[in-house]
Amino acid sequence: MISQLSWKIGGQQGEGLESTDRIFSTALNRLGYYLYGYRHFSSRIKGGHTNNKIRISTKPIRAISDDLDILVAFDQETIDLNAHELRPGGVIIADAKFDPVVPEGVDARLFAVPFTAIAQELGTSLMKNMVATGASAALLNIPIEEIAKVVEEEFGRKGKTVVEKNIEAVSRGAQFIRENGGDSLPDFQLEKADGEKRLFMIGNEAIGLGAIAAGCRFMPAYPITPASEIMEYLIKYLPKFGGTVIQTEDEIAAVTMAIGANYGGVRAMTASAGPGLSLMTEGIGLAGMTETPVVIVDTQRGGPSTGLPTKQEQSDLNAAIYGTHGEIPKIVIAPSTIEECFYDTVEAFNLAEKYQCPVILLTDLQLSLGKQTAENLDFSRVKIDRGRIVREPEALESGRLFKRYEFTEDGISPRVLPGTKNGIHHVTGVEHDEEGRPNESPLNRKKMMEKRLRKLKNLRIPDAIKVDAPHAEPDLLIVGMGSTGGTIDEARERLAKEGIKTNHITVRQIHPFPADLLQPYYEKAPKVAVVENNATGQLADQIKLHLGDGSKINRVLKYDGTPFLPSEIYNSCKELV
Amino acid sequence: MATFKDFRNNVKPNWCPGCGDFSVQASIQRAAANVGLEPEDLAIVSGIGCSGRISGYIHAYGFHGIHGRALPIAQGLKMANRRLHVIAAGGDGDGFAIGMGHTVHAIRRNMNITYIVMDNQIYGLTKGQTSPRSAFGFKTKSTPEGSKEVALSPIELALASGATFVAQSFSSNLKQLTHVIEEGLKHDGFAFINVFSPCVTFNKINTYDWFKENIVDVEEIEGYDPSNRAMAMAKVIETGGMLCGLIYQDKTRKSYEHHVPGFREEPLAEQDLELTEEQFEELVNEFR
Repeated sequence: MISQLSWKIGGQQGEGLESTDRIFSTALNRLGYYLYGYRHFSSRIKGGHTNNKIRISTKPIRAISDDLDILVAFDQETIDLNAHELRPGGVIIADAKFDPVVPEGVDARLFAVPFTAIAQELGTSLMKNMVATGASAALLNIPIEEIAKVVEEEFGRKGKTVVEKNIEAVSRGAQFIRENGGDSLPDFQLEKADGEKRLFMIGNEAIGLGAIAAGCRFMPAYPITPASEIMEYLIKYLPKFGGTVIQTEDEIAAVTMAIGANYGGVRAMTASAGPGLSLMTEGIGLAGMTETPVVIVDTQRGGPSTGLPTKQEQSDLNAAIYGTHGEIPKIVIAPSTIEECFYDTVEAFNLAEKYQCPVILLTDLQLSLGKQTAENLDFSRVKIDRGRIVREPEALESGRLFKRYEFTEDGISPRVLPGTKNGIHHVTGVEHDEEGRPNESPLNRKKMMEKRLRKLKNLRIPDAIKVDAPHAEPDLLIVGMGSTGGTIDEARERLAKEGIKTNHITVRQIHPFPADLLQPYYEKAPKVAVVENNATGQLADQIKLHLGDGSKINRVLKYDGTPFLPSEIYNSCKELV
Repeated sequence: MATFKDFRNNVKPNWCPGCGDFSVQASIQRAAANVGLEPEDLAIVSGIGCSGRISGYIHAYGFHGIHGRALPIAQGLKMANRRLHVIAAGGDGDGFAIGMGHTVHAIRRNMNITYIVMDNQIYGLTKGQTSPRSAFGFKTKSTPEGSKEVALSPIELALASGATFVAQSFSSNLKQLTHVIEEGLKHDGFAFINVFSPCVTFNKINTYDWFKENIVDVEEIEGYDPSNRAMAMAKVIETGGMLCGLIYQDKTRKSYEHHVPGFREEPLAEQDLELTEEQFEELVNEFR
């Protein structure tokens, strides 16, 4: 019996791989397996090779695997491009229609299943996906009834006949595998899962859900990969709560509309990727200067410019931290798991209103789009804190305005929402006085700048760094952020087996940088590996800058557009110690 | 009931004496009082440039934004609070150069706000460069040999973009200007108002006298029907864009807000943000 394996399905983009993947994985999730998905796709609608890989395990996993156990192929190209990834003795399930060939040098068992022929027999070749699903299930001895339930949900609205035909296609695929001895391969007997009904979602959905739970009721946004799912989620669910989404003309409009809405008192957010973040920088400056809350999600993808729109990267750190002219208070946080995507989104809205400043939630493509199992989300942890809003201000002296930018000890001023009696004040991106009126006097300028910057002094969000440091005297400290955490942990397990002691820190508060929290772990380690998906080591630069020492830092970088594999981190770390 | 005086504040505008923007300021104050607003019911969102300062010169909620972005800020504010009367204001550079994309899309979107462009055909605050509204051959600091581009036609643009309310007026005609702003505030939808607001310092061509000579009032055109879009377009072209008054109004198309499913009359900003545990569970169950 095995406790985990990897399954990949490949073919031409637009061929319906998504539905096979969705049905197969949903069934597995309901059986209690932990799943971790990785989508390889291109920036086009139809055509071109695409594949989805899922890791299936009876224990929590948060990384893609180095190798592959099962490859489901709809064309020879899929085999040619992916068979090398198969472990020795892996299985290829392919459509018999194209006379699949196992490439030379690949040690794999081939099941040429008549996907298309069976599907056509049942009425339409479209159902070849269902045949493939059944074949995959049989190989792992997954009960067909579980698949059938999901098929029914997927096709139920298309009528009974469609459901029955699809279930038949699943059964026929399974039957073929059984008849050919595929259901008794000893190295494919997956242990039974615990039957817990966990969540199965992508990071973008967790962010959308977090936004609704946080009270976000308005989202202006411009479509972009890999952020659009957040917008799509809110388009679907916000109307139930009286809210709405506007697809704006560009990201400048998106961010400034969100700023206008936040000024108006509704919790509003926008989401984009690097190119959109670039356009938003002037708006971010406005939010900083006018002390208007706004939440911006940046789902990082390959840059610069249009870069690698559908590929993994973590290269927007500098843009998120420094991206606007002048100096403003700004918070940048980077969730590292699906659960954190949810909780941190709630936190982002609270931080934005509490500190009256822009908050950037930084994810990366793999975290945003990789579908994975998540633990149940705890509703009791959702707390809405709207900060210093004054609902009924006292009457003002004649000729005076509400002191929206009052000098306070912590720098945070009372906020009043437009429409409130006795609350009239002015808001401007020009330097201003306590009432918001333009004021260029050196004394006021100095005080106002210091007031704004003082707000975030000593800011530490909950779990600003996530610490897994079992060793008082480690051989190596590994620092990472975003989606790489699970991969780092797998590499550490392998290192531990060889007696190499590692500690692991995930930086979640990227800006202001929590140097004091990181310091003691940095000091204890003889060497530090900073793992990040970019070419220059932007996180490493932050550590060096804020800790005042970069002598121990080794940059473990990957910028080819694909996420780290556990073996890659393992090899790099092993070389270091 | 508030009077126009209640919309005054004690800030002295930094506009040049004789600037057309003074009249726009006064007209907004009068129109707001005439339609029965209290100062806290009104928010003025402005852009950057001489005209952008207007939000600081009127006693109401004011947001002086960034160059060209008054409209998206104003639309966001309106979405947050439907009860608020929102006026966006800015210059011709703000609305037709850097903010042109927003202008066209705000018109298409038709949210219930009023947009006033203070059109002086020049860049004033930066001391006299060409504007998208400057005429072909117009000599400025940035076009010493004369502009090589033709002037944009705001009214044609608005009509072509699907505007439901289009008006044009002139700083010297306080009565008409106040009237069209009032009508704009009352209009359910996006009210586009272009105002010839002369720059007395940098524009020696499009002066008060020049406008007086060239303007054509819709009231003077026999049989003019502001509900007829084709007629509006024809007359605007015929008058070389100098047509003033309420040029076009479509009262049949409702504002954007009415088309948003589930969007309530009560301001979004006043709604309860907390979900119940049942609502949350329902959302979470979609992922099981």
